[in-house]
Amino acid sequence: MGSGHGTELNLTLKVWRQKNAKSAGSFETHQLAGISTDMSFLEMFDVLNEKLIHEGKEAIAFDHDCREGICGACSMYINGRPHGPKNLVTTCQLHMRSFKDGDTIVVEPWRSAAFPVIKDLAVDRTAFDRIIASGGYVSVNTGNAQDANNILIPKTAADEAFSAAACIGCGACVAACKNASAMLFVSAKVSQLALLPQGQVERKERVLKMVAQMDEEGFGNCTNTGACEAECPKGISLENIARMNRELTAASFK
Amino acid sequence: MSQGFLKSSIGKKVVMGLTGLFLISFLVVHCFINSLIFFNDGGLTFNTGASFMAHNWLIRAGELVLFAGLILHVIQALILTLENKKARPVGYAKFDGAANSSWYSRSMGLLGTLLLIFLIIHLVHFWVKSRFTGLPGEDANGNENLYAVMQTTFSMLWVVVLYALSMISLAYHLLHGFQSAFQSLGLNHKTYTPLIKKTGVAFSLIIPFIFALMPVLMYLGVIK
Repeated sequence: MGSGHGTELNLTLKVWRQKNAKSAGSFETHQLAGISTDMSFLEMFDVLNEKLIHEGKEAIAFDHDCREGICGACSMYINGRPHGPKNLVTTCQLHMRSFKDGDTIVVEPWRSAAFPVIKDLAVDRTAFDRIIASGGYVSVNTGNAQDANNILIPKTAADEAFSAAACIGCGACVAACKNASAMLFVSAKVSQLALLPQGQVERKERVLKMVAQMDEEGFGNCTNTGACEAECPKGISLENIARMNRELTAASFK
Repeated sequence: MSQGFLKSSIGKKVVMGLTGLFLISFLVVHCFINSLIFFNDGGLTFNTGASFMAHNWLIRAGELVLFAGLILHVIQALILTLENKKARPVGYAKFDGAANSSWYSRSMGLLGTLLLIFLIIHLVHFWVKSRFTGLPGEDANGNENLYAVMQTTFSMLWVVVLYALSMISLAYHLLHGFQSAFQSLGLNHKTYTPLIKKTGVAFSLIIPFIFALMPVLMYLGVIK
């Protein structure tokens, strides 16, 4: 920032404000002047919050942590899309150069019965944690790390497991899905372990438990629209969902 | 089978996929028999085919399974739709669905409802007559004259328009449904999925097109 090559934008921001999970919530409109195109979307929110604090108003609550696209904390449903208009980026990696001067930007929280609003744009995603806790682990004896290549893994399996493991659990898949389904997230977590030898012992039990927990949390059902894959900041593939369908069917008919 | 399978979100999708593929297989048979009208021989060949279908006990039994499959597909879809509505009680003020998915993949419920309405009208036009209220006599070969019913039905412009429009609904329903069924069953493969998708697109365009040709060509008098 401040390198001088950016230009400045005047924007209208329509932001969802909600006191807590129980209150109704509504949009609040803010005019922002002189927003640098070099800013990230979250930095634009920092500027707005500074302004609100100076005016003696309450700052807008939103989730963020690493701000480098790897932690999965940031959310925000921007102009009808999770993480905004760019593909393969999280909100923190979205920059204001993706917008034009005079734009109106509508910002909403992830909308899902399983992700209740905590406040404003921050939603409670602990449903994901409970799904992981139900089976997204391997029970192994701890101790010294094994020598490399002690367990042989085919390159293709390692690659696919790695791609699945790229999921940061941000919940954009749920936000994008017209049914608020969590299938992409859960399938990535099931896949990364189902593909590796370490995951075999609990393979069947894992998929049964994780899908049962997913359903219990109140996520919707997958209708294969592919919106999740298109909006996923980490490019998690629909192949994982097919794999989980296979895994659950096989585990149910054992 | 573990108890929870059919109640799980994935189990329900497997049922949708299996019944969907079963209904797709019915479309092939239906389209093949009906295409006999293209012989343009006053319906003699078609009536032979229709008569065989009407009197073969295996086909009759299949008809019951077909109705069961259809009802299961519809009921399961209703359950899934209601659950999905519940999963997002507060909707988005601004929703850009076109950015990440096709409109017809998001509109399977609407397309399916249109198809169900069409199907009821279609059954009243032909199936009810052939099974219950009776057909208008026999043709030159002594077969029941279902073809005559087609001629009368497709002489009405509103029927022809309704059938043609319904086939557009069918095409879009299949465009998503065909490949979606394989995905629900977990059949996703780097080599075969592109092939399934291409086959699905071809199927979704060709079958409804042939079906739509029938009322249109009969109305225009090309098929007499």
